[in-house]
Amino acid sequence: MSNQRPDGFGMPNDNQLPVTGGMPNEDAFGIGENAEDDAASFVEAERAHAASVFRPDAETILEVRDLRMYFPVKSAGIVRRTIGHVQAVDGVSFQLPAGGSLGLVGESGCGKSTTGRLITRLYEPTGGSIVFDGKDITKTSARGLKPLRREIQMIFQDPYTSLNPRHTVGSIVGAPLAIHHVVPKNKILPRVQELLEIVGLNPEHYNRYPHEFSGGQRQRIGIARALTLQPKVLVADEPVSALDVSIQAQVINLLQDVQNEFGISFLFVAHDLAVVRHFCPEVAVMYLGKIVEIADRETLYNRPNHPYTQALLSAVPDIKQASVGGRRERIRLQGDVPSPINPPSGCRFRTRCPLAQEICARVEPPLLQVGKRHKVACHFAGELGHHPDRPVTASLLGVDDSGTPNPGATPSAEVGNEPGFSDTWFDLERKTMASA
Amino acid sequence: MSSFLSVRDLKVHFPTVDGIVKATDGLSFDLERGETLGIVGESGSGKSVSSSAILGLHRKTSAVVSGEILLEGTDLLKISDEDMRRRRGKEVAMIFQDPLSAMHPYYTVGNQIGEAYRVHHDVSKKAARARAVEMLDRVGIPQPDRRVDDYPHQFSGGMRQRAMIAMGLINNPSLLIADEPTTALDVTVQAQILDLLQDLQREFESAVIIITHDLGVVAEMADDVLVMYAGRCVEYGTTKEILTHPEMPYTWGLLSSVPDVLGDTSAQLVPIPGNPPSLLSPPPGCMFHPRCAHRDKVPGDLCRTVLPDLVPGTRTEGHLKRCHLTDPDAVYEREVLPEIAPDLVEER
Amino acid sequence: MFAYVIRRLFIGAILLLVMSLVTFVLFFASPVDPGRYACGKNCSPAQIKQTNKALGYDKPVIEQWTDFLRGVVVGREYPDDPELRAAAPQLVTECPAPCLGYSVVNTSTVNAEIKEAFPISLSLALAALLMWVSGGVLFGVIAAVRKGTIIDRGIVALSLVFYAFPAFFIGIFLLKFVAIKWELVPPPTYTPIAEGGIGLWLQGLLLPGLTLALLYMAGYVRMTRAFVLESMTEDYIRTARAKGLKSRRVLVKHSMRAALTPLVTLVGLDFAGLMGGAIITETVFNYNGLGKLAVEANQTYDLPTIIGLVLLLGTFVIIANIIVDVLYAVIDPRVRVG
Repeated sequence: MSNQRPDGFGMPNDNQLPVTGGMPNEDAFGIGENAEDDAASFVEAERAHAASVFRPDAETILEVRDLRMYFPVKSAGIVRRTIGHVQAVDGVSFQLPAGGSLGLVGESGCGKSTTGRLITRLYEPTGGSIVFDGKDITKTSARGLKPLRREIQMIFQDPYTSLNPRHTVGSIVGAPLAIHHVVPKNKILPRVQELLEIVGLNPEHYNRYPHEFSGGQRQRIGIARALTLQPKVLVADEPVSALDVSIQAQVINLLQDVQNEFGISFLFVAHDLAVVRHFCPEVAVMYLGKIVEIADRETLYNRPNHPYTQALLSAVPDIKQASVGGRRERIRLQGDVPSPINPPSGCRFRTRCPLAQEICARVEPPLLQVGKRHKVACHFAGELGHHPDRPVTASLLGVDDSGTPNPGATPSAEVGNEPGFSDTWFDLERKTMASA
Repeated sequence: MSSFLSVRDLKVHFPTVDGIVKATDGLSFDLERGETLGIVGESGSGKSVSSSAILGLHRKTSAVVSGEILLEGTDLLKISDEDMRRRRGKEVAMIFQDPLSAMHPYYTVGNQIGEAYRVHHDVSKKAARARAVEMLDRVGIPQPDRRVDDYPHQFSGGMRQRAMIAMGLINNPSLLIADEPTTALDVTVQAQILDLLQDLQREFESAVIIITHDLGVVAEMADDVLVMYAGRCVEYGTTKEILTHPEMPYTWGLLSSVPDVLGDTSAQLVPIPGNPPSLLSPPPGCMFHPRCAHRDKVPGDLCRTVLPDLVPGTRTEGHLKRCHLTDPDAVYEREVLPEIAPDLVEER
Repeated sequence: MFAYVIRRLFIGAILLLVMSLVTFVLFFASPVDPGRYACGKNCSPAQIKQTNKALGYDKPVIEQWTDFLRGVVVGREYPDDPELRAAAPQLVTECPAPCLGYSVVNTSTVNAEIKEAFPISLSLALAALLMWVSGGVLFGVIAAVRKGTIIDRGIVALSLVFYAFPAFFIGIFLLKFVAIKWELVPPPTYTPIAEGGIGLWLQGLLLPGLTLALLYMAGYVRMTRAFVLESMTEDYIRTARAKGLKSRRVLVKHSMRAALTPLVTLVGLDFAGLMGGAIITETVFNYNGLGKLAVEANQTYDLPTIIGLVLLLGTFVIIANIIVDVLYAVIDPRVRVG
């Protein structure tokens, strides 16, 4: 039975020496023939970059509402029937501001990569809607997708396999220009060279093949290719996780430059919480196909309200804390993420949650707005160490504290799952609606 | 009295058609039982090659290994192949990155763990299996008596790494080498595995070498840190000292090119420019000078022409660095720290 | 697994149906009049017509095809035309299911022809398979373990030599020199086990089997060598060595098990192909196997025999494929337990 995870999560590939074979392969030593001459010119070119800043007045370029992607699971019998679905993405809603970045974090199999691919329409969603620049692109046909591909581009994780080894860099970067007839043929080469220069590669190297470049340089080629058609949205799927530490920062800074220069919006999918924090003023945390918390950077990282976000953050080794001898409080999650084919009832995190109570198994917590730009999906939402004893959501959902429907209560009509933020929200402290 | 493990001037050279690749070139360090050494470096820095040399995995290959690896006084480079084989997995064990490819896909987890026990103990298959179940239980695998008969692909990534640790520790090795043990794992699982390794180290009193590219893992795990660049040690000292007062610009680069998960958001991300050098024809002088932003602070052509020795640092004893800068601590506080951690400057 | 095999068999049956239809259509699309061949050179047009009628060649192609299928399922009687059967009942030939047709050229049912040739081809292929697989794997592993030494180079070079020689050359050499001139073994003739026992049967298969085996062994030596060397660079081999296992155990338990898996596919397909493909060897040693039968049928434009052989050999390939896939599941738990 095939039970593959659609959410491809790879690992940083440390090219180690083969210890059993006699001959080490060239690549393991990072022998790029142009490594040295490029290195000298880089010293001046590299600049330092602070974290990206949030612009509150930006318009929405992309709106995703209740997005769902179910992959069928087939039986092993004589006739292969569909016996279930991998609920890779299940009711995800968010907005992406023009020129801004939204980070999508979570562990393997949480659906973050699938969400990214849905937006580029590599898959057709099972349900929900994607509105790009005012147009609904959820069901756009294959033919209609061609112009869309100019607007939404993707950067992949693995710079080793995502570039065709038999094509020169020039034809890889120039191919979109030719396919979309954007510029006349004789203008393609100058444009390619311009793009190579933008991403910090020598424009004279357009005739070389991908294997002649190092990992970081290959990722730059991938970025140049994505920029070729001047897209409005870039989906970056783990763009730096396959790269060496010292190269990661180069690529992140390049992406920031590109964003500032061309005003591109980024959906930044990554598992590295620190990288996402640096790149994205707004971050969504996913768990088993759902967004469990979404907030601006300061709130999410300093005052997370969802126990999963708290556990995730406390698991990240913190160099600076450790270096001064301090250590943050650790929350250790037990066990593994449950199967997305048969996710737990109610709250999907409850099986590993230290706060879980009866209501969590019965009622799914809505993604409730609890601050100006802060939503959280938890019955016991609260800052670490200050989680409430009674479910904050009970009155809104019209149930009692154990999650049984309360006939006397009047549930608020629609709670949660709107893509944007509203001006009024539910104040966790006072348990009433509040506004700015 | 000599150390439990003492590596002196270890060199691992690979002859190739284009010349000699000096994957490791003169590495020395000491390690005591119950202590953890973190070896940090990027791809091709020689960190994995060095650890494989300790296990004697380069024997019968074209690699040329020289120097001394003294384990409790015995030079592992001088003993016979058979003697080395008997120690492998028993006294010195290794756990690898990516346990999906590091475990054989055709044999059950229990078979592979039990095999590690049976090589060094004359016991029946049944007894080895019982021992495997015991170890799986110890590393926190639920229902170990059932999961012991599963194949590696039926385990999750975190469970595979636990099984790998069980395999490594089944003979109570006195030295455990963990090569990127958490690189392929999610953060919450990484935290579980690091906790487990720490618990087990305390329990077995083993010496641990943890090889990683992640300074965060080192910060959590290691007592001492050894930073490698292009086959050589460039900085060595206690973890606290290296992370708070690094004196080698490459270490600064490693610290400044990873964003912090909780630090000041005005902190700058300063990449190390360029790419790691070729090990076939490393740059003359200091291997790091082509990528070093501070080479101009050293008078004359020193950085370009003379390879600096590994010398004691300016602050504490036991801190070694390979750099020509005369006042590295001051440069770090003045120029590097304000960019990468403005919040820490005030604390000092 | 059972459901999987059933599904594969079902797909295989459909494949065979399509194959038989294509063979029929191609045959009748050709400019040759089958009746002329069947009747002989000196037949008058009327006689040819008569022959065509007797064999059913005058019917539309699709009808002939369905007749053929009916024969496979329930059996048939020849001649095809009921009038002719009624006219000469003593000449009627019974062809019980699964009837593959009636060859006028050889005046016997195709089933009878195949029944005669099949054991010869099967014995030959089995003997060859045994020799080339054991030899190929053995020498391939030795070459891999001794990589770069004179032994490795010798094995690789020698296998290349045998690979380069055509089958008829090796066959004739073995027959004329080893058997006839030097009299090391008696000249091979095929003796069924039922007649001469296993000893004579094996004796007859030695030289022709060796001819085929030498040819195939070359490829298997090189592939085994490559697969073993490749598996030696796997991470799990490093793990096995790090446990302190002896080199021999690392090789046999960890490396070879993985390295030989892809060979299973090749063995299965090569064996199925050899059933009807050992034409040259069968000719050199004068063994009347399926290959020789196929060549003769083609020369005489013997449609029923050709179609029968196409289907039979197609069935072998399909079954071999299923067996290979089942074996894979036995070998590789990742296929077996998902």
